[in-house]
Amino acid sequence: MLQHDVLIIGAGLAGMRAAYEAKKKNVDVAIISKVHPVRSHSAAAQGGINAALGENDSWENHSFDTVKGSDYLGDQDAVETLCREAPADIIELENMGVAFNRREDGKLAQRPFGGAGFARTCFVSDITGQVILHVMYEQLLKMGVQVYEEWFCLSLIVENGVCCGVVAMDMLTGKLEAIRSKAVIMATGGLGRVYHPTTNGLICTGDGMSLAYRAGSPLMDMEFVQFHPTTLKTSGVLITEGARGEGGYLVNAKGERFMGRYAPQRMELAARDVVSRGEQTEIDEGRGVDECILLDLRHLGKELIMQKLGQIRELALDYADIDALKEPIPVRPGMHYQMGGVKTDAQGKAPLPGLFAAGECACVSVHGANRLGGNSLLETVVFGRRAGAGAADYVNDVPATAVSESAVAEEEKRIKSLFAREDRGETAAKLRLEMGTTMKANVGIFRTRENLAKAVDKIKELKERYKGVHIQHKGRVFNTNLLAAIELGFMLDLAEVISTGALARQESRGAHSRMDFPQRDDNNWLKHTLAFCTADGPRLEYRPVTITRWQPERRTY
Amino acid sequence: MQVSFKVRRFDPEAGKPPYYDQYTLDVPDYFTVLDALLQVRDEVDGSLALRCSCRSAICGSCAMHINGHAHLACKSRIQNFASKTGEIVVEPMGNMPVIKDLVVEMKPFWSKVQAVTPWLIPEGPPPQREYVVPNSAMLELAGVMNCIMCGCCVSDCTVLTVDKSFLAPAALAKAYRFVADPRDGVSEERLRELSKRSGIWDCTRCFECVQQCPKNVAPMERILALRAKAMEVGFTNNIGSRHSESIARSVKHSGWLDELRVPIESAGLFNIKALIGYIPVGFRALVKGKVPPIIHRPRPGADSVKRIFEKLEVRK
Ligand SMILES: Cc1cc2nc3c(=O)[nH]c(=O)nc-3n(C[C@H](O)[C@H](O)[C@H](O)COP(=O)(O)OP(=O)(O)OC[C@H]3O[C@@H](n4cnc5c(N)ncnc54)[C@H](O)[C@@H]3O)c2cc1C
Ligand code: SF4
Ligand code: SF4
Repeated sequence: MLQHDVLIIGAGLAGMRAAYEAKKKNVDVAIISKVHPVRSHSAAAQGGINAALGENDSWENHSFDTVKGSDYLGDQDAVETLCREAPADIIELENMGVAFNRREDGKLAQRPFGGAGFARTCFVSDITGQVILHVMYEQLLKMGVQVYEEWFCLSLIVENGVCCGVVAMDMLTGKLEAIRSKAVIMATGGLGRVYHPTTNGLICTGDGMSLAYRAGSPLMDMEFVQFHPTTLKTSGVLITEGARGEGGYLVNAKGERFMGRYAPQRMELAARDVVSRGEQTEIDEGRGVDECILLDLRHLGKELIMQKLGQIRELALDYADIDALKEPIPVRPGMHYQMGGVKTDAQGKAPLPGLFAAGECACVSVHGANRLGGNSLLETVVFGRRAGAGAADYVNDVPATAVSESAVAEEEKRIKSLFAREDRGETAAKLRLEMGTTMKANVGIFRTRENLAKAVDKIKELKERYKGVHIQHKGRVFNTNLLAAIELGFMLDLAEVISTGALARQESRGAHSRMDFPQRDDNNWLKHTLAFCTADGPRLEYRPVTITRWQPERRTY
Repeated sequence: MQVSFKVRRFDPEAGKPPYYDQYTLDVPDYFTVLDALLQVRDEVDGSLALRCSCRSAICGSCAMHINGHAHLACKSRIQNFASKTGEIVVEPMGNMPVIKDLVVEMKPFWSKVQAVTPWLIPEGPPPQREYVVPNSAMLELAGVMNCIMCGCCVSDCTVLTVDKSFLAPAALAKAYRFVADPRDGVSEERLRELSKRSGIWDCTRCFECVQQCPKNVAPMERILALRAKAMEVGFTNNIGSRHSESIARSVKHSGWLDELRVPIESAGLFNIKALIGYIPVGFRALVKGKVPPIIHRPRPGADSVKRIFEKLEVRK
């Protein structure tokens, strides 16, 4: 049986940063990933990564902006850790080779981002995530970390209440293997594909959140789903916040810069939940253009656009036939980010012993009810590092658990029974689209009891129908047909948790806006939602929010 | 619009040779080849295997041959590729073994990337803060770091087709990224390695990689820049750089190429084995009456050419 001290699921930024740290601490570490590391979705991050590096800025300012952005749901001790440790982590990335843009004097340049009081977002033009991801991969090559490339994690192995390995499929052969490990770090990224459309890639199916949830570790604050203000209409492809950071305007059909109505001071650079609600209100009240509003960059000039927003121009050309040098880009709010995830402490430790998590699939929580742009890449690096160190320390203190081969046999049986189903015309693709459109229509920017209840029922129905999904192709080599069906199973769990949590939360906070409960309600709802997996769906519990120095205030921009 | 996709299929489990399948779809104009293939997989034929991840030209997963050349399927709009009869031919990338359908083996690709020591090696310990470097240098790097390791350039590289050992454009562009980085401390060693066989001097400048790169990395230009840097630091003791120097010397001297001298100087005057190797070529040229003149006389205007050379040399 394959065996490692620390096994990391996911080779995005969080997973690779964790591996780097664990390897530095001299434990036997390996990563498994369903795609080659540089194909991970961290590559898609365009805009940048935050750290208070400026002469007049401070990590306390950064923390306050993050807490306010979170609508006071972020745990303030975790937020302080994130912001205090950010500068050293960014400098380390730079020293490893990330080619951050510079100021005149050769030091790191920073651009303004939404909800931030200072220009504190470091960037590599508009390919920040890609460059950091490739540099992190270089470091893994340098250190010789073993990567099981194109291996798909199917389940966690839990023996006597301790997580001690995984069952995974080598996608190129279809063979199942158990990998035993003293600690597992979940770093599987986001779940965007639960919605349709989304800014997230095709692989962002929330696998790790569901794997942890099924294994008995709770998910936290899943009802908080971020809608990004600027996404392309048909494909959902993202146009970075950097476009507004560099000075782009949002205008409605009448040519007004309408954000003045919703955020008189920060305008286009208010927090994302505020801007997205502003846009949606304009569109709903008939001041949109073909269900979109317009992002105008023309006044920024060709040189700036080409140098700092070149990829954005390409994306708009390729996916919307719009040349941003000559015309405004039609955009609308689109599903972008999951604030919640596998509950962890600041060392990445989940309540299930042996399990750790970091990155978008985890919830520490630093983003609370709404994440600030540029804080998510930061979270992957800071808490990826901490989870790597946490797991390495943990494995030094625990003995290896024996793992029985039955885990593999069980998964093998599950797959055989999937193959054995007869064709009743239900495909995973069909169900996936129904799930995605249901979630967008009913668990979107503006929510009501009625819509949320509808979503909960529909997801229950889809879960029933999922049991009859048919798999057309029965080969073992690179069978994406099979994997898509398994991913859909993960996503249905998560759709259920999101909509159930949203229905229960009777207030409006951050990205969760209830039309029937339009106010934030700190007396009853200043608390985290925890969802536990049971045979009849999620069981919800609540936990207090940690407040260190910033008492909740009214939130305006 | 109606489009017919002719897709090259191969299933290693089926025990039969590759074949083509035809799928006809009615799809919106804005569809990309990837959108269409995913529709095939979801609705028509679940057995079709391909890699894809971001669907926005940033992860590098979905490179494949579309109408005979390597492209990212997610960046290729069907309206730009459909023939007059509405057909698009889709095949796996070239220069890489096929695993299944459009999925190719990329291990050799990655091992070449690994062969160029693809990580920064600074001189001495890092500074307390960030390295202070000009923004222009970082923008130059960002241009190469735009590379998403998709393999389009490698798929269509004409030298790789005949010489499997060639490091090929993606790895060489990656090498340039370190040589051009003011923070790297071992550029010279890198250039020495790259000047060896299978490295920068083996590219024939066919331009394919520049043409096929979806991210404007222009690998060939990077290779040429590496050659210039290699010669600058004195790695001139190899066929490639001797070849360049000999051509330059000849043109500077006479205004045109001395075709007898260049091959001899490139191989090296004492490289008896290579020189003997030239004998059959010379013999065939003799038979066909194509031997260059034994006495190489300057062309009219050679003086002006020489002056241009001298001016450029001073400026350097
Ligand atoms: C378009 C876009 C732009 C963004 N821009 C920014 C930005 O400018 N700034 C910012 O701070 N944030 C940004 N974000 C958010 C940020 O990029 C992500 O939250 C972050 O990169 C997630 O990193 P991660 O390491 O957690 O996951 P990912 O990078 O998504 O990696 C997940 C890994 O898990 C693996 N995996 C998943 N499931 C399995 C399985 N079952 N078996 C094996 N392996 C598996 C995958 O192969 C992959 O390697 C953006 C997000 C998007 C979508
Ligand atoms: S220019 Fe050189 S590297 Fe590029 S494809 Fe041609 S031979 Fe290969
Ligand atoms: S250089 Fe261009 S074509 Fe080659 S791997 Fe990089 S992005 Fe792809």
